[in-house]
Amino acid sequence: MISENDVKYAAALARIHLEDDEASRLTKDLEKILDYINKLNTLDVKDVQPTSHVLPLKNVYREDRIRPSLTQKEVLKISVEQQEGSFKVPKVIE
Amino acid sequence: MTIAAKQKYETVIGLEVHLQLNTATKIFCGCANKFGEAPNTLTCPVCLGLPGSLPVVNAKALEYAMKVGLALNCKVNPFVKFDRKNYFYPDCPKAYQISQFDLPICSNGYLMIETEEGEAKEIRINRAHLEEDAGKLIHDDKNNCSLVDYNRTGTPLMEIVTEPDLRSAQEAYNYLQNLKLTLQYLNVSDCDMEKGSLRCDANISIRPMGAIKLGTKTELKNMNSFKAVKAGLEHEIHRHMAALESGQAIIQETRLWDETRAMTFAMRSKEEAHDYRYFPEPDLVPFMMEGAAIETTRKSLPELPAKKRERLMEQYRVSAYDANILIQDPALADFFEECSKHYKDTKTICNWINGPLMKELNTRKTRLADIGLRPEDFTVLMHKVNEGILSNLAAKDILRFMIDTQRSVDTIIEEKGLAQVSDDSTLEKLVQELIKEHHNIAEQIRNGKESAIGFLVGQAMRKSQGKANPKKIGGLIKKLLT
Amino acid sequence: MELNRQTAHELLDLLKNKKTTPEAILDSVHKQIQKSDKDVKAYVRLNQNKVDPKTANSRSVPIPIGIKDNMCILDEETTCSSRILKGFKAPYDATVIEKLKKSGAILIGNTNMDEFAMGSSTENSCYGATHNPWKLDCVPGGSSGGSAAAVAASEAIWAIGSDTGGSIRQPASFCGVVGLKPTYGRVSRYGLIAFASSLDQIGPITKDVTDSALLLNVIAGYDERDSTSVNAPVPDYRQALKNNVKGLKIGIPKEYFVQGLHPEVKNAVMAAIEALKNKGATFKKVSLPHTEYGIATYYITATSEASSNLARYDGVQYGIRELPKKTRKSPLLDMYDETRHVGFGAEVKRRIMLGTYSLSSGYYDAYYLKGLKVRTLIKNDFDKLFSEFDALIGPTSPTTAFKIGDKVNDPLSMYLSDIYTVSANLSGIPAISVPCGFSKERLPIGLQIMAKPFAEEMLFRIAYTYEQNTDWHKQSVNL
Repeated sequence: MISENDVKYAAALARIHLEDDEASRLTKDLEKILDYINKLNTLDVKDVQPTSHVLPLKNVYREDRIRPSLTQKEVLKISVEQQEGSFKVPKVIE
Repeated sequence: MTIAAKQKYETVIGLEVHLQLNTATKIFCGCANKFGEAPNTLTCPVCLGLPGSLPVVNAKALEYAMKVGLALNCKVNPFVKFDRKNYFYPDCPKAYQISQFDLPICSNGYLMIETEEGEAKEIRINRAHLEEDAGKLIHDDKNNCSLVDYNRTGTPLMEIVTEPDLRSAQEAYNYLQNLKLTLQYLNVSDCDMEKGSLRCDANISIRPMGAIKLGTKTELKNMNSFKAVKAGLEHEIHRHMAALESGQAIIQETRLWDETRAMTFAMRSKEEAHDYRYFPEPDLVPFMMEGAAIETTRKSLPELPAKKRERLMEQYRVSAYDANILIQDPALADFFEECSKHYKDTKTICNWINGPLMKELNTRKTRLADIGLRPEDFTVLMHKVNEGILSNLAAKDILRFMIDTQRSVDTIIEEKGLAQVSDDSTLEKLVQELIKEHHNIAEQIRNGKESAIGFLVGQAMRKSQGKANPKKIGGLIKKLLT
Repeated sequence: MELNRQTAHELLDLLKNKKTTPEAILDSVHKQIQKSDKDVKAYVRLNQNKVDPKTANSRSVPIPIGIKDNMCILDEETTCSSRILKGFKAPYDATVIEKLKKSGAILIGNTNMDEFAMGSSTENSCYGATHNPWKLDCVPGGSSGGSAAAVAASEAIWAIGSDTGGSIRQPASFCGVVGLKPTYGRVSRYGLIAFASSLDQIGPITKDVTDSALLLNVIAGYDERDSTSVNAPVPDYRQALKNNVKGLKIGIPKEYFVQGLHPEVKNAVMAAIEALKNKGATFKKVSLPHTEYGIATYYITATSEASSNLARYDGVQYGIRELPKKTRKSPLLDMYDETRHVGFGAEVKRRIMLGTYSLSSGYYDAYYLKGLKVRTLIKNDFDKLFSEFDALIGPTSPTTAFKIGDKVNDPLSMYLSDIYTVSANLSGIPAISVPCGFSKERLPIGLQIMAKPFAEEMLFRIAYTYEQNTDWHKQSVNL
């Protein structure tokens, strides 16, 4: 069964800060939902192929032909913060 | 550390090479795949990972990847798919990288290298897969921020992973040299480590000689040249051995090579464990690599360096040394083969290529293809030397003029008056003049000091501005003085 | 005549006969919005749109249309009703938007939705809930509740929605309009802000079946920018509008008529079947044995994909960026954690967490992979039946519209209201919901028809025949 630690781990992976009461509420919600989802365990799917694409499409590609890019101005118009033609973010510490 | 200590351990290295493919466009969109443009000028909704955008695979990237795999003796897998690798980083605009997880395009190959002892050794390739490159982050300490440029995002990238088969820093270096050469033959990448079109990370561990179990490994990053890879690995091997000798444990971690301080140091450990949550990319459909297409690609591969080296040695009786130089540039080897149609003595051709021609290329910092030299013109020089029309010295000068002016050998000889003088009466006159001028030397020769002949020959060459036939001059001196 | 109450095909006839103008139509729609949208709250944003004379030619379709707030429109704000995307203006048009603009369509505004299309009630929106025009204290369904409510309230002539697990059909059913989820790959997803890539599909929400066919004509087709769109010719769907079901074999899945199905819904659907029987179709009870696993499978698949699709909303490039008051980890990580903490609503967080968990190391096989395998079983059920039957028929939703607030604190019971719709997304097949009656409370009931991949024409034929022999679609709300 899912624990509050599992929820905190998933939140760290998903990069979502959770307040303590949020974490415990989510644990309860997910517990209930996973309990429902566990009904899949009654099925034997050992020899069943997984379906990740519902249509039998294959080999879809494009030619290596250049298309116009957006201009720097068009791109930076969407930015939260910009500097010297680039997207500005809080300092990344390596 | 003592030699005895060094001999106690065996080094185990595996390399991960990231190779940018030089397709015209990016892997999933039509933006130009170029280096060095102003930031964020080669981007579109797809490579910016904007909401709603979708990737479409560049056929050329698949073809190049297949070529690389085949050249590395890999199996091209019949069923290929792309997967998402999920992680947050500002240079990764979708917060996932489209990569390949369990069904890479190529696997189970090998590349031959030469060990330090000169023996041939097979380095197994575990896998070679396609993925997209990330953007570029620049840290601005002054403003306490980082800047992101997404021009590089979506450059087709191949990751080529070896098995832990390398046993020394030198072997790693040789592997990289061979890999780069092979890739250059395929013409699928610039392979320029300084520009980042080829990048290399290493996994390294040591174990007591004879042990089977691998030691604790460290991952080494941030090497900007092949030499840096070698230096970094040597340093790291030494560090591992010193630690084990003094009873310390190796910590499994990622370390960065610091070129200026010539040492490695641990990267600040990431705060969260890596759990990339790979799953099949739903926006891309799978690829069936059909046998016929694989065979067509295989047949389209050029002759690869190892094969070429072998053939040159066998077909033209070229020495291993000469063959190694020739194969460094496939154009050079082709040039050699063309030359051999115009001049019989292949050793002489090699000497001319590896000597004067390479010197000209090196001083000009250029490649053979860029100087417009034709094999038939180049070999004329050898013929003329052989026939005594040109001295070696003059022929080398002519080669330089040929490259500079794009004129024929004969025109240059005429213009510069560089034809070798072999006419007996002219030469005899010259020798008699010299005997007069250097009567002391002449006397010595008369008295049997043959070694002094060389001096007079040299003077004759100087006086004739290199045009006198030195062999004949030598003969004449002997005839007149002994 | 109130122009905004007409269907698009009626308006096109009027335009053809010069009995009205695009300006007059647009004006009547704007008036209706002014009058009733303060109650319905179908729109989150209105465009200052005028009729462009350049595109108003004889071949154009200058009909005012509502667009769900998850399709990119060049230089217009698109937010998926999420705080995290506030202020985001795409520098490009979605393929569907491009096609609509080319057809001369007039984009009136963006319609409300459950945040990132996650929900079945249009209550999970940062703009607040949309109300059902038939009964304002009820939900319009979701996630395309704004689009369905706009059409039902005549605040749009027709609208575009997206359907990941029923998000077009269920609100259409709740609002008494026609909603079509086309075959996966029929309509390009390029520019549709993804919820679950392998399930999402754009489709029309209209007042009748004829309009549904007309609008599909405009938006369907292969797109080289979407690798999952299918390169197959698009028929003229109007040709499929025939009042004739003679000889068609239609299956009635018994799993769609079990406990939980409201008797009023059941009776309406049975009556619809009777009507089609009278027109010459033959019916047989059939089984889709894995129906009961649909919701579980759907929620694993959809949330896993969503956890990855929504990872890009991290404050780096666009939308909002938040920093906590006190430093927790590092400036960058704090920005990620706080932006996503503040930017996403409760249901989106819940689903991102569920999806992250099911993909995470150690759980992948038990959840995500198992989901993909059961998906195969569900798809096989349909494949088997479609080798024998032309279509399947049943209810769109087990109930009529529920009260606003009734299910917000019980996510699982909300999920279960999608029980009849998720299977079509899991198997990629087309499905349509058409009005088939009203409850005692005068809430609309929807009939769902499903067919094999790319058999939209079959859906139109059956739905059109049904419509021609009933008058549910003619009933409308007057707000």
